[in-house]
Amino acid sequence: MTWISIILSGVVTYFSRMAMIALIDREMLGTKVKEVLNYVPAAVFPSIIFPGVFFNDFGFFVEITDPKIYGAFVALVVGFYSRNVIATIVSGLLSYWFIIFFLLR
Amino acid sequence: MLSKSKIFLKGTTDVLPHMLSVVPFGIITGAIGVEFGFDPLLVYATSLIIFGGASQIIFMQLLSGGASSLVAITSVGVINSRHLLYGAVLSEYLEKLSFLKKLFISYFIVDQGFAESNNYLKKNNTEINLHYHVLGGGVTLWIFWQISTLSGIVLGSFIPEQLGLKFAIPLTFLAIVVNDIRKLDHVFVMLVSGFASLILFDAPFKSYIILSPILALISVFIMLRFKK
Repeated sequence: MTWISIILSGVVTYFSRMAMIALIDREMLGTKVKEVLNYVPAAVFPSIIFPGVFFNDFGFFVEITDPKIYGAFVALVVGFYSRNVIATIVSGLLSYWFIIFFLLR
Repeated sequence: MLSKSKIFLKGTTDVLPHMLSVVPFGIITGAIGVEFGFDPLLVYATSLIIFGGASQIIFMQLLSGGASSLVAITSVGVINSRHLLYGAVLSEYLEKLSFLKKLFISYFIVDQGFAESNNYLKKNNTEINLHYHVLGGGVTLWIFWQISTLSGIVLGSFIPEQLGLKFAIPLTFLAIVVNDIRKLDHVFVMLVSGFASLILFDAPFKSYIILSPILALISVFIMLRFKK
């Protein structure tokens, strides 16, 4: 790992953050594109969530009875009804811990 | 009209719940870098210069495994290209800023900050000075990220691995999108993205992280066509 490779990675990353904000004129985007952009969170975040829940550390599918699946399900239900970020995360973690520390002992 | 500092503070408090995953993830990132045998200064430099959790870990992992710099840099670029989408969404609220301010604020665009600001800006789009929310969230996430990666570098991975805190990462992102499952069209898009990520997980350069959103957005395009 050298300074040059870190700096180049930083430049690439910074460019990805800056390009659409500073270099692109919004007029250039058509109404259709703007409409599609409404779905960006729904399009991006599940691709982080699904592998995090359904794959283990080695990139293999977990069992259908995996504690992570229960934890994610609890978080989903709590999040849906509470509309609260912290309640969603904490309920998911607590139910996950309950399973791995008490039920699986 | 809300004052600038109030909006900034709102940005800060909106991202605070995410520290439950950001802090442990930061500690792990710092500790892993040192475990790989890299100079602590270089490990910290990735937090300052790249400033993107997953991409920092992959970057160090690839280089420690003997991959070429070109492969490592390409992976970082591919993983972080999702910021292009965030920028396209946020540009609506940032377009009136001066060029220099745009350049400055861009450095702070990260996943959780984008998600929280996007929610806030959509609801408060009549306010001015909305960019202070982006800044408040971004700066807060930056500070916590720097401190947590530094402590991971100095103290090592002091969070017991049995806690499985890695699981907090999908949970924070679940908390971000869970509200959208009230809307059927969003559920459809989420399922496309999620299943695509499972199928494409082994694609080179961790490209599933951008290929799945692209596939999902293409499905949006098709869906909107049928809706009309």
